[in-house]
Amino acid sequence: MPRDAERTYEQDVSGDGLQSLQKVIDPHRDEGSLGVKCALIGISVLFLGIMLVLPLAVVAVNALREGWEAYKENILDEYTIKAFRLTLTAMFFAVAVNTVFGVAAAYLLSKFYFRGREVIAALIDIPFSISPVIAGLVFILTYGNMGWMGGFLKSHGIKIVFAVPGVILATIFVTFPFVFRELFPVMNVQGREEEEAAALMGAGGLTIFRRITFPHIKWALLYGIILCGARAMGEFGAVSVISGHLRGKTNTLPLHVEILYNEFNTAAAFAASSVLVVMAVIILIIRNLVEMKKGRKAGGR
Amino acid sequence: MQIEMRHVNKAFDGFHASRDVSFGVESGRLAALLGPSGSGKTTILRMIAGLDSPDSGDILIKGERVNNLPGSKRGIGLVFQNYALFRYMTVADNIAFGLKVQKKGKHEIKARVEELLELISMKELGRRYPYQLSGGQRQRVAFARALAPNPQLLLLDEPFAAIDAKIRRELRRWLKEKIEMVGITSIFVTHDQEEAMEVADMVIVMNEGAVEQIGTPENICRNPRTGFVKDFIDVERFEALRLIGKKRYKENS
Repeated sequence: MPRDAERTYEQDVSGDGLQSLQKVIDPHRDEGSLGVKCALIGISVLFLGIMLVLPLAVVAVNALREGWEAYKENILDEYTIKAFRLTLTAMFFAVAVNTVFGVAAAYLLSKFYFRGREVIAALIDIPFSISPVIAGLVFILTYGNMGWMGGFLKSHGIKIVFAVPGVILATIFVTFPFVFRELFPVMNVQGREEEEAAALMGAGGLTIFRRITFPHIKWALLYGIILCGARAMGEFGAVSVISGHLRGKTNTLPLHVEILYNEFNTAAAFAASSVLVVMAVIILIIRNLVEMKKGRKAGGR
Repeated sequence: MQIEMRHVNKAFDGFHASRDVSFGVESGRLAALLGPSGSGKTTILRMIAGLDSPDSGDILIKGERVNNLPGSKRGIGLVFQNYALFRYMTVADNIAFGLKVQKKGKHEIKARVEELLELISMKELGRRYPYQLSGGQRQRVAFARALAPNPQLLLLDEPFAAIDAKIRRELRRWLKEKIEMVGITSIFVTHDQEEAMEVADMVIVMNEGAVEQIGTPENICRNPRTGFVKDFIDVERFEALRLIGKKRYKENS
């Protein structure tokens, strides 16, 4: 969107908006007390140091404790690579399923009014409030050999619990609300009128979504996908219960880290952790880029 | 009759929005649906546009019953109260949208968009986005967008409500002039009696979902048929306006 806007009527009437308002509220803002500022910065930096920088430094130091060669060997270990692949697979399915579902649910709940709307919205949030361990247990009790669906699945030769499908299911469950939660408020604010106007001109559902709805939600959607992917990558509790810790088969990267650590193979555990850290940093960078874009769009309007 | 409502009823969750509404608007007329907020004006407009459907009764366009026809097939242009401009499209793309959906040729679309931009005196602003426009400009774009596919009926929902009081009168005159120039049958919703009296050739006064009175502005002011109409329409104010108008006219000539 071009931003070479000349002054609009509203701007002419209301002046410079925030900036002039700021001057009215707090005319001495620029001479603000330096002491408070320094104290706050100090506390923040100290806190970040203790909580984030120090642990991350420990990961790096421990991973490299036995030198580069050992580090490389640890990372290229067969089981570490397999765990890495499974984590990517689970992330992929979680993001794909929850994106489709999240868009559909947000569309339904923001554009249509029916009884029970609030109930559905609340149900979608369940994974936020339920402990992941319980989620894993629930899946075992539902799809395990002794579970409600166990007999049916067994007779059809489908294995979910202690197998890759179970890991994927648990990951999907835990990351269920992210895309929806990002989209819903944005779509709610948009309202229905633009879509009604387009429909009245004869545009079909797909055209309306592509030309009217999607341009409005695309940054929120991308942001939701990133959050969903990040959570899927790090998921431990639910996956831990349902996977059965089969090395090379159902171990995701976080589970693999735990196993290595419990075997006192500290250097390998920290090497595997460092892969997760690097992935997290990449996601963080993408997230910030998206957020910047999103913010700029919002400012442009 | 270009458009006709026959004994239309509509209720939302027990709220009776339309009670036995019947009226007709002849071709080329500019009609106003006038009433206080909550009197069911917008519901009627939405039913004509096919965005809501009546519980009972018939809607006829050119004598044909359109109850079961989707809104997009009724040949209607609608100007929403807040204009509902497509915010991620330029002014020109907004106006072209309906034509693109109809798969019109590129040159035809371009020519039509130019023509409409000229009509609303915004020839230079085709590449702007809605957020770069003033309220009055937005309304004119919404008007052009509704007219682009050559509808047979134009509906306007509170077209002046979101406009600054200062320029409202000016825009009123402008819109009336353009509608007469295009010659399209139009219905607009308003709660402002002055607006209805000044702009419309025909006024339908509504109250609590029912039609109270139908007539020309003068007719309604001279002979308010019910107590509600008498109260709602400030006859004296209207007469005063008319006298001022006449005096000005004399002074000018």
